[in-house]
Amino acid sequence: MQGSSPTARPPRPRRAGTLPLLLLGMGLLLFAATVLDAARRGNAADLAGPRGLVAELGLTDLALFTEARYTRHLSQADRHTAFQDHPLALDHFPSGSLVPPPQRLRRP
Amino acid sequence: MSHFLRRQRYLIDFTLASLGRRKGKNLGLLGVYTLIVFLLASVMLFSQALRQEAGLLLQEAPEVVVQRMVAGRHDLIPAAYLERIGTLRGVAAKYGRLWGYFYDPAVQANYTLMVPRTREIAGGEMIVGAGIARTRGLGPGDFLSFRSGGGSTFSFRVAAVLAADAELVSADLLLVNEADFRAFFGIETGMYTDIALEVRNPREVRKVAEKLSVLLPDTRPILREEILRTYDALFQWRQGIVFVLLTGSLLAFVIFAWDKASGLSAEEKREIGILKAIGWETADVIRMKFWEGALVSLGAFLLGYLAAYVHVFFADAALFAPVLKGWAVLYPQFRPQPFVDGLQVATLFFFTVFPYTVATVVPIWRAATTDPDAVMR
Repeated sequence: MQGSSPTARPPRPRRAGTLPLLLLGMGLLLFAATVLDAARRGNAADLAGPRGLVAELGLTDLALFTEARYTRHLSQADRHTAFQDHPLALDHFPSGSLVPPPQRLRRP
Repeated sequence: MSHFLRRQRYLIDFTLASLGRRKGKNLGLLGVYTLIVFLLASVMLFSQALRQEAGLLLQEAPEVVVQRMVAGRHDLIPAAYLERIGTLRGVAAKYGRLWGYFYDPAVQANYTLMVPRTREIAGGEMIVGAGIARTRGLGPGDFLSFRSGGGSTFSFRVAAVLAADAELVSADLLLVNEADFRAFFGIETGMYTDIALEVRNPREVRKVAEKLSVLLPDTRPILREEILRTYDALFQWRQGIVFVLLTGSLLAFVIFAWDKASGLSAEEKREIGILKAIGWETADVIRMKFWEGALVSLGAFLLGYLAAYVHVFFADAALFAPVLKGWAVLYPQFRPQPFVDGLQVATLFFFTVFPYTVATVVPIWRAATTDPDAVMR
């Protein structure tokens, strides 16, 4: 056969680790990309608009839980929230299970 | 050095080929492992981002808010209190704030009505938050009617919609002018919801608050640092609660992974016996298994973390929205700013990658140090 010399090396078998290692390397690169992305986008300058609104209107709370007045303005709520309607009144709202008791109640 | 690297490369090749022989089982493990990392990382990234964002936004909140308390409840505060506060040293500026809540039965949502201090709003007009605009399908020029506490109907024309990027603090806001606010709620002139203060020297804020409680004993000062602490504690609490709820699934995974990693199957034992019989050293077998544990756990960590990053910062944490919404009709649509805490990521990495790798290596060390003949039998 022309073109094939007896000294030619046989083709190397495909190595099992090549593709998974490439994928892992890609994963590491993407991980580094998330760190760069967080450093690029996660800065206070991007929040200039909302920060300006907070300063202009004198806002005190996030509009995360709008279902009740004491969850809407957590920091401005009465001293006895969530049990504000009467002593031992049960908290009706699911957010109540996610909001911690006031700090002073947790002091020993 | 290159010899060492080449050796590791061959070991990795062998390990991956060996994992490939039990493809279904190992892919299943990788899937469950990835899911666990995804859940933990999502909670961690979301809470951290919200905590950071709340901290940055509320840095601009009033330094001191003074509420008047009557019978243990927040009550309207007379404008005369402003004059009395004026005698306090250290107070740079003071102003009465007008805000309140309105329940809209049409969509069963609570709105926060507010009078802006500097922005001019014409009578009969209002500026609405993006959340309200979305829920009620409003745009500039549209009209919205409310029935006041006095029974009369007020019709407001939407003058503008607040910027969508500020929805986290303004989704439910309705801004009206002072005259309309007072007429709507029936609040007399000379009464405010509360009073906000600016203090010249930040180190004097606590002192000013102390003086306030002596000067106006029926009031309660709320400091900005208390507001910030409230939100910091809130998100820590939330993260803790979710982690507690996840503990069950986490333990199930630990048992599963431990069983998979530490209980050697007969096939694996035979493989080790053969490797030792053909001349592999104990150290090589252990290295090979170390790579198995490290590759699986590192792969799961990377996949889970990257999926969580996309979920939280590109898909608006869609899986958590129902939990956050609670019973609220108005919910801000917001995309948290990506803040990544290196220490938290390192902790997550340590607690997900390290235990599995150790759990893989220990039983192998036991099997690899025994006689190949005994292992194969």
